[in-house]
Amino acid sequence: MKHLIDIRDLTQAEILELLDLADAIVADPAAYREVCRYKKLATLFFEPSTRTRLSFEAAMYELGGQVLGFSEAASSSAAKGESVADTIRVVSCYADIIAMRHPKEGAPLVGAMHAGVPIINAGDGGHNHPTQTLTDLMTIRREKGRLSDFTIGFCGDLKFGRTVHSLIAALSRCAGVRFVLVSPEELKLPSYIKKDILLEQGLPYEQTTDLHAVMPELDVLYMTRVQRERFFNEEDYLRLKDSYILTPEKLENAKAALSILHPLPRVNEIDAAIDDDPRACYFRQARNGKFVRMALILKLLELA
Amino acid sequence: MNIDSIQNGIVIDHIRAGGAMELYRLLGLGELDCPVAIIKNAPSRKLGKKDIIKIDAARDIPLDVLGFVDPDATINIIRGGVLVEKKHAGLPERIESVLRCRNPRCITSVEPGLPQIFTLANRETKTYRCIYCEARAER
Repeated sequence: MKHLIDIRDLTQAEILELLDLADAIVADPAAYREVCRYKKLATLFFEPSTRTRLSFEAAMYELGGQVLGFSEAASSSAAKGESVADTIRVVSCYADIIAMRHPKEGAPLVGAMHAGVPIINAGDGGHNHPTQTLTDLMTIRREKGRLSDFTIGFCGDLKFGRTVHSLIAALSRCAGVRFVLVSPEELKLPSYIKKDILLEQGLPYEQTTDLHAVMPELDVLYMTRVQRERFFNEEDYLRLKDSYILTPEKLENAKAALSILHPLPRVNEIDAAIDDDPRACYFRQARNGKFVRMALILKLLELA
Repeated sequence: MNIDSIQNGIVIDHIRAGGAMELYRLLGLGELDCPVAIIKNAPSRKLGKKDIIKIDAARDIPLDVLGFVDPDATINIIRGGVLVEKKHAGLPERIESVLRCRNPRCITSVEPGLPQIFTLANRETKTYRCIYCEARAER
């Protein structure tokens, strides 16, 4: 049984295969319209995330399949005290594949240990979010035409930003990628990620608090939101939430071919005035998310 | 000071001085009903001072954690009053049901029935991580 819990579960060849399949679906969606007929996806969202859930559901519907599930823990048996293992054992009886989001880190792994069907981690706390990483990789490859030889800046919350951690891990396998880490002191990339990935593999990186100074170097800018739900202390959140706001002025010294990504939702960290700039990729990125999830469902169900 | 030789059991030797009580706790030795002797600050040619634990019982003790706490400690297995095996603790690949994950965001913090499992992430730095949330193991 194959699951996707962590982006590192996939080999580079498997990732490229998924991206190729996603591109093929974009090119000819009609060819995939009936592939998952009579198959059911369960979306078990123990933590609300409308965007990711809708993306999974749209992906399954576009493959001709059906969807069941819940969108918050309060409407699940977890509210009655059921364990993750039991929930997954039961839902495995009803669905062919499960996409699961949970506020606690490692919950999807617990699910995978007890599941009778493939489990997709749709986000576990501040830990992993592999389908977002696949979305990000697909977007970079479609925008740049390659997954190598570029400088990527990560900006905002690099401490709790799981999308950042997973994407750094995934890009560390690609040749010629240089990392620029832009964040306030309090939200710097955790040292274990820096040590285990960047230093261990001798990858080029730079750490700074000054986005303006590094902007001209960037081929890709990955913006993130400072997330209220990752803080135990409201005061810390309020103090740091506006640290980096991207405005048209801040893009003045950026490359013409820069690609701006954001996992969404944004609050105010990207000025709406940038939305019409051709360098803003984040809505195309959201669209890619659906296609790459379609590709993943097909692969895990062994239908492609 | 006289501590009788044991007949069947385990002697954990070359524990760094001051480390025996921590091992006593992590190995759950307080729950045993057999004789357990802790010798602190015994003279040692190699270490200057060392601690020793003697467990007078031929039963399974989860010694895996020993390598994590004190990889230089030695384990001596005694059968019929004779030393039958001597080994170094070494770093285990996996530590199960001994340490608890301290990450409040980990699934184990709300589901205490889950087995607590840590795996060796980096042999050089002796880093163990929780298999669920990847938080670093703390003693």
